Amino acid sequence: MGAFTVLSLIIFLPLLGAVVIALTAPARSVVFKPVAVATSAVTGALILWLMADFDKNDGGFQYTQLVEWVSSAGISWHVGVDGISLFLVVLTGVLFPLAILACDPPHDAKAYYVWMLVLETGCLGAFLALDLVLFFLFFEIVLIPMYFLIGCWGHGNRKQVATKFFLFTLLGSALMFVGMLVLALLVVHETGEALTFNLLELANSVEELPIGTARWIFLSFALAFAVKVPLFPLHTWLPDAHTEAPTAGSVILAGVMLKLGTYGLVRFGLYLFPEASHYFAPLFFTLGVIGILYGAVVAAMQKDLKRLVAYSSVAHLGFIVLGIFAFNTEGISGGLLQMVNHGISTGALFLLVGFIYERRHTRQISELMGLQKAVPVLAAVFVVVMLSSVGLPGLNGFVGEFLILAGAFVAHRWWALLAAVGVILAALYLLWAYQRVFHGTPDEAATKMADLTWQEKLVMLPLVGLIVFMGVYPKPVLERMEPAVHLLIEHVEQVQGIESPTVNNRPHGSFVDLRELIKEHSYDHNGHDHDSHDHREGSDH
Amino acid sequence: MSTLVDLVWLIPVFPLAGALVLLVLGRSLGEPRAGWLATAAMVGSFVATVLVFVGLLGYDSGQRQQVLTLFEWVPVGNLAVDIGFLVDPLSITMALFVTGVGALIHLYSIGYMHGDVGFSRFFIYLNFFAFSMLMLVLGDNLLLTFLGWEGVGACSYLLISFWFTEEANASAGKKAFVTNRVGDWGFLVAMFLAFLTFGSLQYGEMFFEIESNGVAASTASGIALLLLVGAAGKSAQFPLHVWLPDAMAGPTPVSALIHAATMVTAGVYLLIRMNPILVAAHGWVPDLIMWVGLGTALMAATIAVAQNDIKKVLAYSTISQLGFMFVAVGSGAYVAAIFHMVTHAFFKALLFLGAGSVIHGMDGDQDLRHYGGLAKALPITSLTFVVGWLAIAGVPPFSGFWSKDEILAYAYAENTLLWLLLLATAVLTAFYMTRLVLMTFYGSPRWTSNAVSSAASELDSVDVVAVEPAAALPQRHPHESPWTMWLPLVLLAGLAAVAGALNLPFSSDVHFLEKWLDPALYGHAAHVPFGGGTKWVLGLIAIIGSVAGVAGGAAVYACNRIAKERIERPFLARAWGIDELLSNFMGGPGRAAFARAAQFDQQVVDGAVNATGMVVRRVGTLLRSFQNGLVRSYALFIAMGALALMVWFLTRAGM
Repeated sequence: MGAFTVLSLIIFLPLLGAVVIALTAPARSVVFKPVAVATSAVTGALILWLMADFDKNDGGFQYTQLVEWVSSAGISWHVGVDGISLFLVVLTGVLFPLAILACDPPHDAKAYYVWMLVLETGCLGAFLALDLVLFFLFFEIVLIPMYFLIGCWGHGNRKQVATKFFLFTLLGSALMFVGMLVLALLVVHETGEALTFNLLELANSVEELPIGTARWIFLSFALAFAVKVPLFPLHTWLPDAHTEAPTAGSVILAGVMLKLGTYGLVRFGLYLFPEASHYFAPLFFTLGVIGILYGAVVAAMQKDLKRLVAYSSVAHLGFIVLGIFAFNTEGISGGLLQMVNHGISTGALFLLVGFIYERRHTRQISELMGLQKAVPVLAAVFVVVMLSSVGLPGLNGFVGEFLILAGAFVAHRWWALLAAVGVILAALYLLWAYQRVFHGTPDEAATKMADLTWQEKLVMLPLVGLIVFMGVYPKPVLERMEPAVHLLIEHVEQVQGIESPTVNNRPHGSFVDLRELIKEHSYDHNGHDHDSHDHREGSDH
Repeated sequence: MSTLVDLVWLIPVFPLAGALVLLVLGRSLGEPRAGWLATAAMVGSFVATVLVFVGLLGYDSGQRQQVLTLFEWVPVGNLAVDIGFLVDPLSITMALFVTGVGALIHLYSIGYMHGDVGFSRFFIYLNFFAFSMLMLVLGDNLLLTFLGWEGVGACSYLLISFWFTEEANASAGKKAFVTNRVGDWGFLVAMFLAFLTFGSLQYGEMFFEIESNGVAASTASGIALLLLVGAAGKSAQFPLHVWLPDAMAGPTPVSALIHAATMVTAGVYLLIRMNPILVAAHGWVPDLIMWVGLGTALMAATIAVAQNDIKKVLAYSTISQLGFMFVAVGSGAYVAAIFHMVTHAFFKALLFLGAGSVIHGMDGDQDLRHYGGLAKALPITSLTFVVGWLAIAGVPPFSGFWSKDEILAYAYAENTLLWLLLLATAVLTAFYMTRLVLMTFYGSPRWTSNAVSSAASELDSVDVVAVEPAAALPQRHPHESPWTMWLPLVLLAGLAAVAGALNLPFSSDVHFLEKWLDPALYGHAAHVPFGGGTKWVLGLIAIIGSVAGVAGGAAVYACNRIAKERIERPFLARAWGIDELLSNFMGGPGRAAFARAAQFDQQVVDGAVNATGMVVRRVGTLLRSFQNGLVRSYALFIAMGALALMVWFLTRAGM
C-alpha cells in the first residue's frame, strides 16, 4: 500500500481509538471517555486543518488517494474530498466529540465508546469514499454500531426499534448493492474495459448504458438513499429510532447519518446517473414537498418532545431533497448547506432534549412546564436553536432554506410555493412545543431542576456559535462548495444534454417566457398582456 | 470621498452592541444600569442617524440614494446578496423616527420596568429589536429587509411573551409569530419571483431593470400581491390583524415601540419601498391595497368603540390608523402614507406611554371602567395624553389632522365612496378616543367606590398583575410616574403637536416631506388633481367630522345623553367574532385534521411497514431450521432476494 494520506488518517484515527479502548482493561474505566473524547477531538482538529488547507477554487477532488485493493474485482481504496463532501466531513468531525463529551452511558461504557468511534470511522469513510464498493462497505458499517447503540443503550422498546431500523435500512442497501454490481458489470459489457468500481470512471461511462437500464439502476440506489434520508413514505423507522436511541445516538443519527442519504443522492444519484435523476426529479420533488408538509403536521401532534424533533427532521430533509433536485446552483448549494445546518441545529436540539430527559426522566410534553423560569440558560439556548430550526434570518437555517426554495422556485414554481408553507408550519410546531414545555409557571419538579452544567455549556457553545456564524457569514462555506457544485451541474448537463434551470441561461421553463413577455410588454402597463399561465410548465422536458 | 453618510453602519451597530454587551454583562450590571446602557445605545444610534441625515442633505436631490456595502452575505450562483445599506430619504426618515422614538421609549422603560426580575433581559430584547428594525429600513435589498423583518418578528414574540409564566401571554406571543409567518410566506415567495424576474434582490438593480426593460404587468402584480400578503401580516391588516390586539399582553413600552410606532409600519414601508412594482402592476392591485386598508380601518374603529381595556382600544386604533396608511399607499399617496406614519408614531407612542403611565399609577389595572377622574392624580400624564388625543382625533393644528386630511384628500380623488367611508372612520376615531379620555381622566373616580360593575372582568387583559376583583379597588392611590417616564411623554407631546409642519398643504413651498422623499419615489407619488378650493372644503369637512366625533363622545360619556350600551354592542366588543371563528377553526377542524395526519402516519404508513415486517418474520420462521436469530434470517432473506434481483437485472440487460 502506498503512503497513508491525511484522509486515510482521518478515517482510521477514530478506529484506532476504538481499538485502544477495546484493548484497555475494563477495570480502568476512567480512561474510556477521555480516550474517546481525545481521539474524536484530534480527528476533528485534523479535519479543521483540512478545511483550512482546502483549495477553495478547485471544484474537483482533493487529497485523493488511490490504492489498488482487490485488483481482480476492480475494487480500490479510493478516497478524496471536494466541496460537496468537505462540510459533511467537517460536520462529522465537530459533532462526534461534542456528542461523546455531552452524554455518559449509564452502563457498559467500554463498548459504548468503542461503538461510537467505529461509527465515526464509518461515517467519515462513507463521505470520503470514491469507490462504489468502498462506499458501500462504510455505508453498511455504520448500521452495526448504531444498531447496538440503540439496542443496548436506548430506551423503551429499544430491541424491536433497533431491529426495525437495521432491517429497514438493510433492505434499501441490499438493493443498492445489486444495482452497484449490475452497473459495474454492464459497464464492462458496454465498454469492454476492465471491471472497475471507481466512481469517477463509472460516472464517465454511464452514458454508454441504455437509458432504461440506467434508470432502473438509479432507482435501486435511490431507494437505499430514500430510506436513509428518509423520504416519505419510508420515514417511519426514524421517529422510532430517534426516540429510543440514547442522546448521542440521536445526535449522530440526525446530524450525520441522515446526510448519508442526501449525500448519496447527490454523489451517486445526480453525479452517477444525471439522466435518470433528471427523469425522476418530479418524483423526488413531490416526495420532498410531501415530507416538508406532512413531517411538520405530524410533528405538531407529537406528545413526546424527542419524537417531535425527529419528525421535524423529516420536514427538514424534505427541503434538502427539494434543493438537490432543483438541478441548479442555488438549489444544490442550498441543499448542501442545509445538510450541515440541519446537523448542527437538530444535533443541538437532541442534546437539549437529552439534557431535559436526564434531569426529569420524561420527554412527555404534557409532563413538562415552566422550564424557562426554572432553567433560564437551557431555555435561552433552546430558543436560539429553535429559531435556527424555524429558519430565522441571521441564523444558519435560513440561508440554506432560502437558497433551496429560490432554486426550487426557478425549477418548479408551484411546488416551491407549497414547500414554503413549511416555513409557517415549522414556526407553529416548534413554538407550540416551546410554549408548552418552557412557558407557564414551573411545577414542583421543574423548580428542582438544575440549569446547564459547565460541561453542557461547553458542548452547546460551539454549536450556538456555528448557528450564528453560518447565518451571518455563510460565504466561507458557500464559496468552497460552489466550484464543486458548478462542476457537478456541468457534468450533469454535458452527459445527457440536460440544461439545468437557472436564472442566467434561462433554457426552459416559465421565466424564460416571462422574460420574453417582459420584453414584449415593456412600457405597456395599461394594455392587456398575455397571461403567462401557458408557459408555466416545469422546466423538465 | 468620505461623507457623513458613510457612518450609516453605526446606526444599527449601536443597538446591536448594546444587546450583546447586555447579553454578557446584563445581570451583573443590573437595574437600572442595564437600562441606561441600552438607552445610551439608542441615543448613540439617533445621533448617528442625524449625522447621516445631515450628510445626505449635502447631496443634490437627485443623488440622495447612496449604497454602502459591508460584505457579501449569500453569494451563490446567480444570486448575490450583500450586507449593504441604502441611504436615501425614505430609509433615513424611517431611521430618524425609529431611533428617536425608540430612545424615548427606552428611557421610559427604565421607569416602567422598575423592579421587574427580567429587567436586563427586557433591554436585551428591546435593543435587539431596534437593531432588527434598523436593518429592515436600511437594508439595500429585499433579503436584508427580510432579515430585519423576521428579526423584529422574533423580538416581538419574545417581548409579547415577556411575562411568560402567564399562559395567555405565551399564547399571544406564539399567535403573533405564527400569524406573521403567514405574511412572511408572501414576502418569501415575492422574493423568489423578483429574483426570477430581475435576477437580483437589490432595490437599485431591480428598479433599474424596471426602468430600462420594464416588467410585465402580470409579473409585477404577482410580486405586489405577495408583498401585500407580507405587509398585511406585519401591519396587522385584515384578515391577518388578529395578532395585534393579543400582542398587548406585552409590557406597555413594547406596545408603544413595536406594536404602534415602528414594527407594524414595516408593511407600509415595504410597499412604499417597492413603489416601482406597485406602479407597474395592474391597476386593480393598488385598488385592492386601498380597499383592504379601508376595510381594516373601518372595522377596527368600530371595534375600538366597544373595548374596555385601555390597551385594546389603542391596539384597534393602531390597526385602524395603519388601514389609513394602506389606503394612502393604494391611492399612490406615498408621501401622505409616510407623513401619517411619522405623525402616528409620535401620537400613538405618546398615547401608549400615557396609558402605561396610567396603568403604572393604577397598579396594573387596565380596565377603563375602573378609571375616571385621574386627571388630578396624574397631571402630566393627562395633559400630554390630551395632546395625543387631539392629534389622533384630527383636530387642527395638531399633527394628526394634517396627515389624515391629506389621506382623505387623495381618497376623495380616487373614489367618493372610499372617501365617505374613510371620513366615517375618522369620525369614529375621534369618538372612541374621546370616550377613552373621558372615561380615564374625567368624570367621577370609579376606583374609590365599591359600585363597580361586576361584569368587569371578562375582557380584562393580563398586564403586570391580573386584575383584582372589583371589591379590592378602593385601596388604590393613583400617582404620577417618575421623570424617566414623564419626560418622554412631554417630548412626544411636543412632537405630536407640531409634526404637522413637516408637510403643510398651503403651498408647494411647505411640502417639505414631499420634496424630501421624492428621490425614493421616482416621481411615482400621486398628486391631488384638484385645486385649492376643493382642498379647503375637504379640510373643512374633515374638521367638522372630528368635532362631531368628539362631540358625540362627549354626549355619550360626559353628558350621558345616549346610553352607552346602545353603542358598545357585544358584537363589536367581541371584535366581530373573527377571533372566535379563527380559534374555533384552529381548535376544531384544524386540529382534528392535524391529529388525523398523525394517526394516519402511525396506523397506515407505519402500519404497512410493520405488517410487511410480520410477513417477513413468518417466512423467517419457516427458514429457522437452519438459521437462528431474527436479524440473520432477515439478512438471509434479503440476500436471496438480492441475488434473484441481480439475475433478473442482468438477464434483462441481455448479458
